[in-house]
Amino acid sequence: MSISTFVIVSVIKIVIALAVLLTSVAYSVWLERKVLGHIQNRWGPSYVGPFGLLQPLADGLKFIFKEDLTPPHVHKALYIAAPMLSVICAVSSIAVIPIGNWVDVAGLHIPLEITDVNIGLLVILGITSMGVYGVALAGWSSNNKYSLLGGLRASAQMVSYEISLGLSLIGVLIVSGSFSLRQIVDAQGGRFWGFVPRWNVFHGQEVAFFIYLMSAYAETNRVPFDLPEAETELVAGYHTEYSAMKFAMFFMAEYANMITVGCLATLLFLGGWHGPIVGPPLARVILPVFWFGLKVFGFMILYIWVRGTLPRFRYDQLMAFGWKFLFPLAVANLVVTALVVAVRA
Amino acid sequence: MAPVATPFFFYLLSGLALISGILVITRRNPVHSALALILTLLALAGIYLMLYAPFVAGVQIILYAGGIMVLFLFVIMLVNVGRAEKERQFNKQWLLAIAATVGLGIVFVRVFTSSQTLTELLKRPLAQLPETSNTQQVGFSLYGQYMLAFEIASLLLLVAIVGAVVMAKKRI
Repeated sequence: MSISTFVIVSVIKIVIALAVLLTSVAYSVWLERKVLGHIQNRWGPSYVGPFGLLQPLADGLKFIFKEDLTPPHVHKALYIAAPMLSVICAVSSIAVIPIGNWVDVAGLHIPLEITDVNIGLLVILGITSMGVYGVALAGWSSNNKYSLLGGLRASAQMVSYEISLGLSLIGVLIVSGSFSLRQIVDAQGGRFWGFVPRWNVFHGQEVAFFIYLMSAYAETNRVPFDLPEAETELVAGYHTEYSAMKFAMFFMAEYANMITVGCLATLLFLGGWHGPIVGPPLARVILPVFWFGLKVFGFMILYIWVRGTLPRFRYDQLMAFGWKFLFPLAVANLVVTALVVAVRA
Repeated sequence: MAPVATPFFFYLLSGLALISGILVITRRNPVHSALALILTLLALAGIYLMLYAPFVAGVQIILYAGGIMVLFLFVIMLVNVGRAEKERQFNKQWLLAIAATVGLGIVFVRVFTSSQTLTELLKRPLAQLPETSNTQQVGFSLYGQYMLAFEIASLLLLVAIVGAVVMAKKRI
């Protein structure tokens, strides 16, 4: 493939991936409001369009036309940069996430991801670890006590849970022997005894999946670990001073992070795009992408369900849970996995 | 695909690392200094990537830029930034410091140009390790050839952690 074709193909893939990602961000907000509404015996958004389906559009327009207020006491450059940093880090990790097998279009053999790097998992972890700065700087540059407390809580929480998250992934890495997301998914093809799919979650990584799930909730600042924006004590946490589109950027970053975490869970534990594949050649191309999307969708539903069900932790409980329970459990899981793999080899 | 525009990226990254490195010591606001340091670390990660060491680059970003610097920023945010801005940044020993830096620079240049092994090393073509096995290679050298040094370093870190806990907590 020549450089010019490579660039053109990459640009097309980037445009498609961004469009799909941002649309799913908008509609996961809709989904959350709708499902939460039904959990709480309400209707959720229902006026704009059928089933309130146009509500995200209306919200977007509202955010754009609202006054963009910059309070006079903020550190201006960082105050403006913080939401951008958040949204850039949240969106750019989509670049290395594969959503299906290779496809052949117009004589070109193209992977279904923006770029195939052999340290895909490290790239995602690196980008998400940079996302902490958006939140921490927003809290500091707002020059407001609630914001600062929210920002500090958020960065402490994210740094603490990142360790358990990383350790839970290492078990998967040991089982599949690669950093490349594509190879990790390929290693999960096939079935045990003819009917149980060979996904990592059925392959000795059940505990790791549980740890990943818990840490992922904390990493994305979601209920039951949404201490950084606990309304009842911190007004809104690190984005108290933000309005209009800047606030919307934090919102987008949160939901994009949820989707990334869901994609990662699907790729590492739930077998990626593997699933029953039947039918004509076209269906064989589309079905893997469909299975992938379905698994991520299930993960999002789980997220919303948990939000509708569980109360919020207290901050000391959060830290104790992370350091005294999840972390030792992750280390134990790692040791056991390594021993089993070493004995088998 | 073969690497594209390597010199451009090398000068871009090293320029970025140098400029932000200078900013670290010249900015008055410690938060800005910390941010400049993060930029330096990221540029260095890019250079590791250009040296075909993807694992080191990834770890550099995750650990240094994403972990340790968050803690730095954390502490800076909690202390009074306003007072630090009014303090003098350079003390009277800057002349001595410049002399020491120039001396160290001369030593570096001398070693770089005269050392027999180094020139031979530079002439040798770069080891073409397959990128996919980079992580495995790092693992083999850490747990094989450099096992003892690695374990000693971990022990030192453990002692430092225990020491920090003992100093910070009145009652254990």
